[in-house]
Amino acid sequence: MNTATQVLPNQTELKISARLAKNVRRHFVERVIEFLLMLAAMSAVATTMAIVAILLYESLSFFEHVSIIDFLTDTQWTPLFEDAHYGILPLVSGTLTTSAIALLVAIPIGTIGAIYLSEFASHRTRETVKPILELLVGVPTVVFGYFALLFVTPLLQKFIPGLPGFNMLGPGIVMGIMIVPYISSVAEDAMRAVPMSMREGSYAMGATRFQTAIRVVTPAAISGIIAAYILGISRAVGETMVVALAAGQQPNLTFNPMESASTITAYIVQVAMGDLPHGSIGYQSIFAAGLVLMLMTLIFNILGHLTRKKFRETY
Amino acid sequence: MVTTSTPIKAESRDLNFYYNGGHKALKGITMPLYEKKITALIGPSGCGKSTFLRCFNRMHDLYPGNRYDGQIIMHPDNTNVLANGVDPIEVRMRISMVFQKPNPFPKSIYENVAYGLRVRGENNKRVVDDKVEEALKGAALWDEVKNRLHDLAFNLSGGQQQRLCIARALATDPEIMLFDEPTSALDPIATANIEELMSELRNKLTILVVTHNMQQAARVSDYTAYMYLGELIEYGDTDMIFTRPTRKETEDYITGKFG
Repeated sequence: MNTATQVLPNQTELKISARLAKNVRRHFVERVIEFLLMLAAMSAVATTMAIVAILLYESLSFFEHVSIIDFLTDTQWTPLFEDAHYGILPLVSGTLTTSAIALLVAIPIGTIGAIYLSEFASHRTRETVKPILELLVGVPTVVFGYFALLFVTPLLQKFIPGLPGFNMLGPGIVMGIMIVPYISSVAEDAMRAVPMSMREGSYAMGATRFQTAIRVVTPAAISGIIAAYILGISRAVGETMVVALAAGQQPNLTFNPMESASTITAYIVQVAMGDLPHGSIGYQSIFAAGLVLMLMTLIFNILGHLTRKKFRETY
Repeated sequence: MVTTSTPIKAESRDLNFYYNGGHKALKGITMPLYEKKITALIGPSGCGKSTFLRCFNRMHDLYPGNRYDGQIIMHPDNTNVLANGVDPIEVRMRISMVFQKPNPFPKSIYENVAYGLRVRGENNKRVVDDKVEEALKGAALWDEVKNRLHDLAFNLSGGQQQRLCIARALATDPEIMLFDEPTSALDPIATANIEELMSELRNKLTILVVTHNMQQAARVSDYTAYMYLGELIEYGDTDMIFTRPTRKETEDYITGKFG
């Protein structure tokens, strides 16, 4: 700027216009890049919105035939039978039971695993165990489904006489094992992010490693640990193949893990794979079921988010 | 040099220290800590003063590959803190520490102070209540927090957090308290509070403080040690070190010609 005032007027003009041209080009490139970035970011949002819109639209036609009261209170779900009932409760009970079993397995094991890996394992152990755990994430869920049906359930039948071949216990446990690496990996990251100065403060007070892990590191990382649990819950509620294969596909209003039942996801896959004509009530019922599934995960996510906020620590 | 009848609380004898990888960070340090006195460690960054301080409560044990060579003897029981058979947890029960940055735990004010008692298995509410109050009073924090003992410690200001950490360290009645640059993250008023507090604590326990700030050493300490490149260059009465140092290096450092 200062040098510009010292040169001749016409030269100054030329310089400024050249610079402006450059500015315009740079500005344009910036805008294009910005637009492309926004497009990438929006694609996920747009897909989600489209899914919600379709779920709502198809569900609306479903609720033209079936009253919401029946949907929420009827204790039978038999949309494909002659005597059709449209009560979502049996599917919800199946979903909640299998998810609860899975979380009873995954949360303790995942949390203990995270504490061990973050606070106790040597560097070498951690670098060996973590990739193996994460490999477990890559196993297709259909493999877990067969594992539940053909290995875990027969094994359980040895201890629990009268356990049917299709039941919620086996797939619930297997689903839990499947979710362990998700929980342990995210929870461990949260614990490792706790600053060393906080651990030093605990050790300097004469605490042992275990006391430091339980009384200081875990509360400090609680927000991230809860995030890990939310991830686990979403995985359990949304899991399809394991329950579709091993829990039986009979909608059954029960919370007894020894019985067979169907879940929302298992029902959807069963119907979507079938040959129901588009527009029939049976076809539309999977959208209503999907809507319920989405609302359930949404509620769990919101609850988790609120708990996280309550426990959020800053350091 | 130091003519006093004050008993010695602890002393390092020919202490060498090696970090993981073999770097020799302390070279043959021999130095006393007099009982119920404040000893300050001064010297430029990287001279080993924090490393030396952290030998006293075996903090280097937390990281693999570190090695001590030499002795730190605690009196009157003549325990060598660095001996293999001595449990570092036992040592830390007797020697507590306040860090450079306030590091309260993600707990209430009350539970922060009670932490040392809890890890020692003390759960009697009356005992813990009394100790917490005594420690908070000792750290000049009681009046500011007595009505919100169950608030989260992170809600306190930086200076209050540091006094909370001092209260936490005080609650277990340690014999020696280590301060690792306790005011470097604080503003001047909070610093003045902490310095005043340290002077008061002198009546109860022995203090070793690392400081970057020479004026602070001159203000609060009874004895001063000047370290450079892992060696103890000069040790003596604080007045003497700051007015008539015997070594040229010490004089250069305290007059600001160097460092």
